[in-house]
Amino acid sequence: MSDLLTGQHDVSVTRGTLGSRVALGVGIAVVVALIFAPAVAGDSATNNLTQFLILLIMAIGWNLVAGYGGMVSIGHQAFIGFASYAVLDLSIHGVLAWYAVPMAIVLAGLISIPVSWLAFRLRGGYFAIGTWVIAQVFQLVIAQQSNLGGGAGASLNDLNNLNPINRDNVTYWFALGLTVLSLGVTALLLRSRVGMALVAVRDEEFSAAATGVNVVRTKRLVFILSAAICGGAGALLCLSNLEVQPNSAFSIQYSAFMIFMVLVGGIGSFEGPIIGAIIFFVLQQSLASYGAWYLVILGGFAIIVTLWLPRGIWGAIDPHHRRSLVPLRHRIDYDDIE
Amino acid sequence: MIWTNAVIQGLLLGGLYAIFACGLSLMFGVMRLVNLAHGDLGVLGAYFAIILVEHLGGNPLWTFAAVIPVAALVGYLLQRFLLDHALNGGELSPILVTFGLSIIIENLLQQTFGANDQSLNIGALSYQSWKIASDIYVGRLNVIIFVVAVLVIVALQLFLSRTPAGRALRATADNRRAAALSGIDPKRTRAMATAIALATVAVGGLFLAMRSSFAPTSGSADLLFAFEAVIIGGLGNLWGTLVGGLVLGVAQTVGSQINPADGILIGDLVFLAVLAFRPQGLIASRSVAVR
Repeated sequence: MSDLLTGQHDVSVTRGTLGSRVALGVGIAVVVALIFAPAVAGDSATNNLTQFLILLIMAIGWNLVAGYGGMVSIGHQAFIGFASYAVLDLSIHGVLAWYAVPMAIVLAGLISIPVSWLAFRLRGGYFAIGTWVIAQVFQLVIAQQSNLGGGAGASLNDLNNLNPINRDNVTYWFALGLTVLSLGVTALLLRSRVGMALVAVRDEEFSAAATGVNVVRTKRLVFILSAAICGGAGALLCLSNLEVQPNSAFSIQYSAFMIFMVLVGGIGSFEGPIIGAIIFFVLQQSLASYGAWYLVILGGFAIIVTLWLPRGIWGAIDPHHRRSLVPLRHRIDYDDIE
Repeated sequence: MIWTNAVIQGLLLGGLYAIFACGLSLMFGVMRLVNLAHGDLGVLGAYFAIILVEHLGGNPLWTFAAVIPVAALVGYLLQRFLLDHALNGGELSPILVTFGLSIIIENLLQQTFGANDQSLNIGALSYQSWKIASDIYVGRLNVIIFVVAVLVIVALQLFLSRTPAGRALRATADNRRAAALSGIDPKRTRAMATAIALATVAVGGLFLAMRSSFAPTSGSADLLFAFEAVIIGGLGNLWGTLVGGLVLGVAQTVGSQINPADGILIGDLVFLAVLAFRPQGLIASRSVAVR
């Protein structure tokens, strides 16, 4: 190490690695394959893939706010349900459901701004319950809107005259597009100056503030982005279920699912939500017949992973951040040392 | 007159919320841990009472004597074997662990007892009432709950301010390291705080079960009400928590009077208004063990 001090060294700072370039190639190949999947997979498999992608989008959104923002929200179902209802409401007002999806995402992002004004007054565990209360307010208010079906909910009739298979395929492509978009936005955000500020804030808020990071603005930006991403998942839920009902659209279970996926996969890593969503989806499909037991198992897993595998499966695969498949970090290579 | 009645009933309801809330704020004060399974643990106590009454019979009132010590013991063990580990795992870990615990309890109860509403039938006490004005009646049980709520808060306050154990709790709340340096065993202190919190929330759970009905998912609602009471009253003192519970109770019953479906929503809006305009709570904080 003395070389480092005397300046006799050749240090290079890189981001991409061989692994990350391979991963990018594989990722592109997977996405291209997924684009053509409906042609091979058949309708029910396509619908399953859509459900999986919706879960993945939720996990990406929640990982952003909790894993990178350090804010454990258990109220993000507010944005899921809000966007579901936004699609419904827009389609009632004559907007074609496909166009309503991007609008609902923007609206979910916008509504999260006043939510953040309130929620950011609370910290830690109280922030968590505070967001939960806010989600409850969303649900109670929407359940009273009789034009949206009140407590019983309403159907999305806009797409009824389409061929169901075409409709399901388009919904699937929407889900795939939103997944890629969410992953891309996350990667770009984390590579940017804001991303570095964010990780600094998460790891040590006071020090970050002392080095000139605008802590509140950085956190708010992440909160809004994650709300918009979860809103995307909600908008897709409306398209794929073709109905919205307040109790299920604002269900606290979405928070449980997001927490499970992100924790198991690896909180605060780019790869974590993807791994977590795959595991969760498989578990959900295979344990669905066990009723409430499957949620008991999810809760147990959440505790075990938090206590004994705090960085999840990806953290176990890549304990020293060497294999990162997505070049988010700066790596320092000492060429002439060793 | 209906408004006076709504306010009186709200005050009585608020007492129940204060019972739920004081344990939540005690635990947060002592170890900065927000127990997201707090409400579920109270509901768990109520189901325990149901089992006891089913097997042993008698008026459910006697189950207080059995459920409270068991709850305290569960609290002690919970802290020692689960929450202490969670506290070592960084900032996010207690939130995630207690949320996991909440999911486990709710779904285990659902699997064991079904999703239906249950209640503890305490006979005549559940419908007897006192007439306090020409058309205002107050349920005897509701008055008892209110009195117990005030007694619990007073007792907790006296315990914290007058006893060596209470001093240990306050010292740990103020400065954990300094308290440990002066010979206070932090593990024991934390376990004591959780034991007290669970004992009080069990009282709340039993009263809830006697007063109305409850279901496996009632715990979440109770957690949210308890939390709202804490924030409305202001972090940092037990009287604030009592006031917060009363304000929330009145907001809900007056809200229900305006529109039967609106009670909870009006309570939430009062909470959000306090958060927006008086985030320190209605009663400003004095540093004690509940923060």
